Amino acid sequence: MSSIVMPQPDERILSRAPQIVAALRQALPENAVISDLVETRAYECDALTAYRCPPLAVVLPRSTAEVAAAMRVCADMGVPVVPRGAGTSLAGGALPTADCVVIGTMRLNSFLEIDTQNRFARVQTGVTNLSVSAELEPLGFFYAPDPSSQLACTIAGNIAMNSGGAHCLKYGVTTNNLMGATVVLTTGEVIELGGPEMGPQGLDLLGLLCGSEGQLGIVTEAVLKILPRPEGARPVLIGFDDAEVAGECVARIIRSGILPVAIEYMDEPCLRAVEAFAKAGYPKCAAVLIVEVEGSAQEISDQIARIRAIADALNPVEFRESRNADEALAIWKGRKSAFGAMGVLGDYICLDGTVPVGQLPFTLRRIGELSRHHGLEVANVFHAGDGNMHPLILFNANEPGQLERAEAFGGDILRLCVEVGGCLTGEHGVGIEKRDLMSTQYGPDDLAIQMEVKDVFDPQWLLNPAKVFPLDASQPFRERVA
Amino acid sequence: MDSMTDLAPVDEAELAAILRDRCAARDPVWIKGGGTRIAPRRDAVLDLTRLSGVVTYEPGEMTLIARAGTSLAQIREMLAAEGQALAFDPPDARGMTGRGGDSTIGGVVAANASGPRRLFAGACRDHLLGVRFVDGQGRRLKNGGRVMKNVTGLDLSKLLAGSFGTLGVLTEVALKTLPAAHDQATLQFDAPTEADALALFTAALATPFEVSGAAWHGGAAWLRIEGLPAQLTYRRDQLLALLDRKGAQVLDAAATATRWQDLRDVRHFQGAMPLWRLLVKPTDAPRIADALRGLGGDLSLDWGGGLIWYAGPAAPADLRELAPHATLIRPAGLTAPIFPAPAGPVARLSQGLRRSFDPAGILNPGLMDG
Repeated sequence: MSSIVMPQPDERILSRAPQIVAALRQALPENAVISDLVETRAYECDALTAYRCPPLAVVLPRSTAEVAAAMRVCADMGVPVVPRGAGTSLAGGALPTADCVVIGTMRLNSFLEIDTQNRFARVQTGVTNLSVSAELEPLGFFYAPDPSSQLACTIAGNIAMNSGGAHCLKYGVTTNNLMGATVVLTTGEVIELGGPEMGPQGLDLLGLLCGSEGQLGIVTEAVLKILPRPEGARPVLIGFDDAEVAGECVARIIRSGILPVAIEYMDEPCLRAVEAFAKAGYPKCAAVLIVEVEGSAQEISDQIARIRAIADALNPVEFRESRNADEALAIWKGRKSAFGAMGVLGDYICLDGTVPVGQLPFTLRRIGELSRHHGLEVANVFHAGDGNMHPLILFNANEPGQLERAEAFGGDILRLCVEVGGCLTGEHGVGIEKRDLMSTQYGPDDLAIQMEVKDVFDPQWLLNPAKVFPLDASQPFRERVA
Repeated sequence: MDSMTDLAPVDEAELAAILRDRCAARDPVWIKGGGTRIAPRRDAVLDLTRLSGVVTYEPGEMTLIARAGTSLAQIREMLAAEGQALAFDPPDARGMTGRGGDSTIGGVVAANASGPRRLFAGACRDHLLGVRFVDGQGRRLKNGGRVMKNVTGLDLSKLLAGSFGTLGVLTEVALKTLPAAHDQATLQFDAPTEADALALFTAALATPFEVSGAAWHGGAAWLRIEGLPAQLTYRRDQLLALLDRKGAQVLDAAATATRWQDLRDVRHFQGAMPLWRLLVKPTDAPRIADALRGLGGDLSLDWGGGLIWYAGPAAPADLRELAPHATLIRPAGLTAPIFPAPAGPVARLSQGLRRSFDPAGILNPGLMDG
């Protein structure tokens, strides 16, 4: 079946399961510990649903102190810990092992402090991404990172994966919007990194922690940078009959000195699926760009005029301006339904490699060739301004061998991204999905130093096991403590 | 005694060989880029200025890759010719430190040096896409890359930024470049006290007008705005109406450039007094400023009140009592540690990281330990 291998669970831990659960129950309040198989099954996977494994137990703490208590029990008894936000990881970042305790952040859901004078919000990390901006809206502020799972995903998961979103071209990703964190270490100690000051001071441990995929500690509270809401935003749609010309348009917009908040790209297979699903009324052409700009009405018109001048020089099939909120929604409608539209066509794997913007046309051409080679269809919909691609490989999970073929195709695309100067993952994270491809991007020493860093934070190698680092590379570290 | 050995590798391989030898002999080195920031100690000086040159600059990709010893001035000039800039606008440290030299891009990253635009655009580390470096064992390592979104593995680039060479010697850095402001202006207000300034800052920074600088010194407060011509006019008028202060002046683009370069480089506090940089919660600034004035000397604000520059005779212990995040930028005879010492588990983790990157303790030993 599935081709990503997880290590065998540790029999010594499994045989002590009752004692481990008893110790957790003793350390934590009533109802914070789940060990019944019917209930733990709800935590057996994240959004990479091809891989499933119920954990030994699940802990749902309500405070930093409770997370620390659970962590101490696990460390004392040598039990692996898998941190979990909302379980929306597309990379298997929250996949449990049979011998692990899942520590979930879903009950850490309080807003602790909103300070518009110093422009930060302090939250428990189980709050959802969207709820932060919703909470801030009446105050005229927002929190910038907006991953497409923002309705469900938590700040804890966003920090662990350094999540991005459509608007990071202008506002950056999580690490650029995170000012501080309360972190529970594997020792059960609690540390504060950063805060309302514009740090960092000393070594940037906060920067190291962000995007560390639960390898170093569990973040229970966060200080988030908040921004005043823009006065308005408006998208334009530009259609081209040549994918490479669309790529050229992206580069010219960026060079011109306009910094849109988003530049989204959809190719012909994606446009076809979206048209069938959402009837968004997009032009029939090789590629569509959606470019969104922000500001006052006058600022927006001024920026759109500049974008039109750039696009016109490249003979677009269509340049569609939204004149009101309804037309703006209509332009975004297809893009926002793209993943749903793909889901109707069948199963898909969503990749996340990033390439230098100048390499987009070549990369798209190569992906087309690989699609024919593997006999699987692929659609491209992605954040073009920053080169973060999301090729969707379509396959049929019920047909034996198709998942493996899709994974092999995905591996080829990711290797291609690295070859042209890019990386394996722009915003989804490595998890288990890209774990064994890490050595295509990093040499043995590059990986060794990362694992040595993990060693400093987690000398027992208990946190989020068998993720991020190729198993053969991490074996010496894991065996040393086994 | 002045018997410093100069080590000046021409490429990364030679640097790695040097560090392997020094590691085996447990022989420390003092890393030097442009030499504008920190005075060298007795140990051998490892001069990186020969490791220079722009590897690639792609304006359409907003990406610059340069070897660590490349001059900052050269990079600024190259970017300006394409209408781009480093958005964090790193300061020229010479005025602050009273040292000479020519700032290098590696030194900028190693110090995470960020100017007044840090308030709006983020710090140097926010624009760092990837690094190549050699660690204290002579291993040639890389982390990150050249693309704007990258979450592949642990983000060691952030860790290296601001580590002042204590984890590794940078050899190459990849940075995001951004369009330079089309046009800019400064609103100048009378603001006799820090509290007056802070009131202006918090009001202005709660607007969507993208104020890219908010500083105060000697009774005047400045707000910088940027944008396309239509944006700039609109932002200026909106802010003036909102802040409703009599006697506000508007500085044009040229005067704005000079004003903010002076503020960035802290030209107002050159001289013989020790210079400190204090990071504080902006609304704490007036209270801390009052206390600082009680200790003698003068101060200014940047980053909307989040950064206090203090030039004066205060005792280091008193300063760090007031603001734990206090860095000694110009010692001027003081022998206090440059950085505050970390404590508790953070100190243990920091030391653990140092041991992983530099087991023999040869890279700028003791510099960041407080």
